Amino acid sequence: MPLILDPNLPDPDGFYQELLAAHEGLTKSESDALNARLILILANQIGDRAVLTEALRAAR
Amino acid sequence: MLDDRYDLEFRLWPYGHVPDQDTTARHPVVIVGAGPVGLALALDLSLRGTPALVLDDSEGAGMGSKAICFSKRTLDIATRLGAGAPMVEKGVVWQVGRVFHRDAQVFEFDLQPDPGHRNPAFINLQQPYFERDLFEAIQRAQAEGAPIEIRGRNRVTAVDPGADGVRVEIDTPDGPYALEADWLVACDGARSPTRTMLGLGFEGRVFEDNFLIADVRMTADFPTERWFWFQPPFDGAGDSALLHKQPDDIWRIDFQLGWEIERSRELEPDRIRARVDAMLSSQTGTVPDYELVWTSIYTFQCRRMERFRHGRVLFAGDSAHQVSPFGARGANSGVQDADNLAWKLDLVLRGHASDALIDSYASEREEAADENILNSSRATDFMTPKTEISRMFRDAVLDLAGRHAFARPMVNSGRLSTPCTYRQAGEDALGGPPETRPGAACVDAPVGEGFLLERLPRGFTLLAIGGDAPPPAARGDIAVDRLHLPAPTAELAARYLGDSPSAVYLIRPDLHIAARWPDFDARAVDRALAQALGERPCL
Repeated sequence: MPLILDPNLPDPDGFYQELLAAHEGLTKSESDALNARLILILANQIGDRAVLTEALRAAR
Repeated sequence: MLDDRYDLEFRLWPYGHVPDQDTTARHPVVIVGAGPVGLALALDLSLRGTPALVLDDSEGAGMGSKAICFSKRTLDIATRLGAGAPMVEKGVVWQVGRVFHRDAQVFEFDLQPDPGHRNPAFINLQQPYFERDLFEAIQRAQAEGAPIEIRGRNRVTAVDPGADGVRVEIDTPDGPYALEADWLVACDGARSPTRTMLGLGFEGRVFEDNFLIADVRMTADFPTERWFWFQPPFDGAGDSALLHKQPDDIWRIDFQLGWEIERSRELEPDRIRARVDAMLSSQTGTVPDYELVWTSIYTFQCRRMERFRHGRVLFAGDSAHQVSPFGARGANSGVQDADNLAWKLDLVLRGHASDALIDSYASEREEAADENILNSSRATDFMTPKTEISRMFRDAVLDLAGRHAFARPMVNSGRLSTPCTYRQAGEDALGGPPETRPGAACVDAPVGEGFLLERLPRGFTLLAIGGDAPPPAARGDIAVDRLHLPAPTAELAARYLGDSPSAVYLIRPDLHIAARWPDFDARAVDRALAQALGERPCL
């Protein structure tokens, strides 16, 4: 399956709000750590090595 | 003597002594404030035959563009009230918006891609014109006998609520007088004196940011689109900027200045001109001649009253709820408050519905206010990130949105006003298109030579599409009008039938859908009417 770069997320505004709320009250380093954990959790969910490689390329 | 709180754009309701001032008269509905909400409510009530008295402490429409962006739903309401045509004629019709990040476009949207609506998605029109058009519709209604009165330079100084009415004290150029009202509706703005006099709270979030409005008059050939910049590439624009056209060759320019500013200094014309010059020259290469018409610095809050009903005192519009301007959810939601309230007050005052119907005004419009506050808060959080991490995510979204479509729906420069679909609605036995599910406002569609919304009568309506004409229906003193459209247009079928060959809709007087079925069912219609009238179910 190729990397999805078209809109694929229902309720983007709600997700964005929840994402920021998860960071509320955290220091910068705590936020960085949260982001790192989140990326690893999402990577496991995706579970497709080729897609993850493509995602890394798209984000750089 | 009453001093003026603001200058007028149009003097429309000059003060005149009335016999009421020498007695203590009782009125069914007294409306405080003749802004867009108070005028729409008064007009709607009087067209239904219920007398409306409006008390306003000035004598007309105040100076300044203020609300400039009116949604299709508001225009549909204004059209029903006989005021829509001049608004659409004068207003600047637009439906395309572009979002830029620095000097690159990241996003573009079209608000009304589907044809077959009488009114456009949005018009830009300065608030004084909107108020004047409503007032002229009021004058036409008065000429036909509609019971409506506006008293200028009548400032409410005391409100004394009782169990079955409200006593109001009023100051005028001829001195004070008092009157009584069965119902008092406070449409007196975000700083509502009525709310203050009753000691009621208005809690919410303050957003620590200042926005500068500069309305400039110039002839420029920018397209009539909404242009919004994050991190604008021109000097002095602050963190974001907006360019939008109004009638009379006036352009609304908005700059986000941040929190720590010296207000009086930022309002100096030379300083404003420097910012405007930089913006215009970045777009055209030169600075066209222009005139500063109106400037203002505003901050904003997202908040609402906990309850919009306090016995016989009701709050509507900015007095009840306040949002940021991004999304055009202020005046538009206020007009929808008026639209929701007018038919309910009319039926309760006639004794055709119980007092509980007014509770549904409060609960439905509180729900709408929550939706508006949620959308407005999210847009504001995106536009003015409060923490380093939220700025990082915001900039990441903008960066990705330039390259990848998936990030564009996350770009939020204001989610534009759409009518609330009420959660508490009647049954959906049709299971038809979601846009017309119970609770939603009726979507327009072509019908014959005209449009659906103009065919719907002023009361409750049974709308039958395809199938057979429905038989007469009524509940108590309330007769239900019927409209049968046996051969729907393609648009009407797509928006109201879906896969079904026929449908019957029960539509409320404010053109929200109460319930829908594939075929007429007398008992189901009666149940839905009872629910729409706020009657509590018998257990």
